[in-house]
Amino acid sequence: MDEHSIELDSKTLWGGKESPFSTSYGKLMMWFFLVSDALTFTGLLIAYGYTRHAAQAAWPIGEETFNSMPFLGHGYPLLYVALMTFILIVSSVTMVLAVEAGHRMDKAGVTKWMIATIIGGFFFVGSQAWEWSHFIHGSEFGKIELTDGSQAIVRGHFGEIENFTVLQGGTHFKANQVIKTDLLHQFQHAAETGGLYRSEEMVNNLREQKNIIASLKMDTAGIEGSALKVTALRANLISLKKQLEVIKSKPVTSGVIVLHDGSIAKINKESDEHMMLITKKSGSKYVVGKAPIEGKNAADMYYESLQEGVPNKVVYGANLKQNEYGPQQYGQFFFFITGFHGFHVFSGVVINIIICIGVVMGTYHKRGHYEMVEKTGLYWHFVDLVWVFVFTFFYLL
Amino acid sequence: MLRDDLIEYSLHTHHSEEHGKKIRKKIFFVTILLTAITVGEVILGAFIHQSSSLWPLVKWTFVALTLLKAGYIVMVFMHLGDEKKWMRNVILIPYFIFVAYLIFIAIWEALEVGSAIATYGN
Repeated sequence: MDEHSIELDSKTLWGGKESPFSTSYGKLMMWFFLVSDALTFTGLLIAYGYTRHAAQAAWPIGEETFNSMPFLGHGYPLLYVALMTFILIVSSVTMVLAVEAGHRMDKAGVTKWMIATIIGGFFFVGSQAWEWSHFIHGSEFGKIELTDGSQAIVRGHFGEIENFTVLQGGTHFKANQVIKTDLLHQFQHAAETGGLYRSEEMVNNLREQKNIIASLKMDTAGIEGSALKVTALRANLISLKKQLEVIKSKPVTSGVIVLHDGSIAKINKESDEHMMLITKKSGSKYVVGKAPIEGKNAADMYYESLQEGVPNKVVYGANLKQNEYGPQQYGQFFFFITGFHGFHVFSGVVINIIICIGVVMGTYHKRGHYEMVEKTGLYWHFVDLVWVFVFTFFYLL
Repeated sequence: MLRDDLIEYSLHTHHSEEHGKKIRKKIFFVTILLTAITVGEVILGAFIHQSSSLWPLVKWTFVALTLLKAGYIVMVFMHLGDEKKWMRNVILIPYFIFVAYLIFIAIWEALEVGSAIATYGN
């Protein structure tokens, strides 16, 4: 195996002057740095493993979370990450070819393969940017809190929103106007802030209830001689609440949206397909770790909860406080582990560029060897090595 | 200025065009192997889901394949396999002892915490 080192008897080896490992100081120190960096990444991945094992079935599964491809949409579990892995492996190969060319003092060869490695590195960093952006923006469905208090992630094909038809005008939109722009954004914003309802009747009912409650508060605050009025208002409120139950018992449709100007519009939307609810936080009825809820039932439950007109029932994408994929820590680990690795890749690209400039200027050729290329190569392969583990433990398992 | 007290160890690693061909052949082989393993993993993951009864087997297959990939990267791409035996040992042995301990202690603890949460709630 010792093809790189000349054979020396132990007296010469340990007699001073010679390195017992037949390795230069710089290369050995690069190895020591890599061992310490490996311990950092090991620590992060073990912390991830710890949190995941403690969270058990509530933890998201890679293929549930990462199933999108640029330009192609959903339904390609882990394909994109596999492509990223392939890009990084290829750039590792071009790096090792640069080192090999350096051993033959082939300056043109080293330059060529170094440039290829840098391009591969940029491709990987770019892919990671896409992955982050996708993770942060999330899916069209988001994570939903069901009526029993449980939380479920949603899989399936989200039917496209065709338009909003205004039923009841507000300060900006007029009745019968058809809105065709920025639909998904408005829909998701309404879902987050409690602007989606079962029907126009439901919005009107709730608005009346709100008015009555407001005037009741005013009356009890001390307006004399309105006892009769108060009784009437209370009776009215009770009947409105009964009517609301009737409205809610009707079959679920795509519902209505209350737009920013207060107008109510009907949502015209293609129906969703292959919907599946996977419970990630137990409630009074649905428990983590059970078989997913599928089909029509899933769609009904999803929209029933979404169209309550209550804010914070749905989470889209991810930030450091919450995410639609699973527990809060999941998002934090995603950002930290892939971010820390991505930062290593980026530094690797920068170092490669600096060394590549040195190669082109002939600095190493004059020195008589390309050991600097070898050293930056060690770092670059290490980045690939870390990704192999991140790929397995974050995405595959 | 040339210093004759410095030993340029990297000169030992220089090789001829002929030897280079052999090395490139090996690099090519490792590339194909690493790619094939990654593709195999994704296909395996696409067909056998975590709810399957075969999953534990698949999970440990993934871990084994990952270690195999890591081994090829470290030994061939990073040339650790070509270094002196004790340089290899100095780098690998302390790392593995520490990591094996940390994995054991952390995962064991996590499983206990997890079952406590499952039993008593958060």
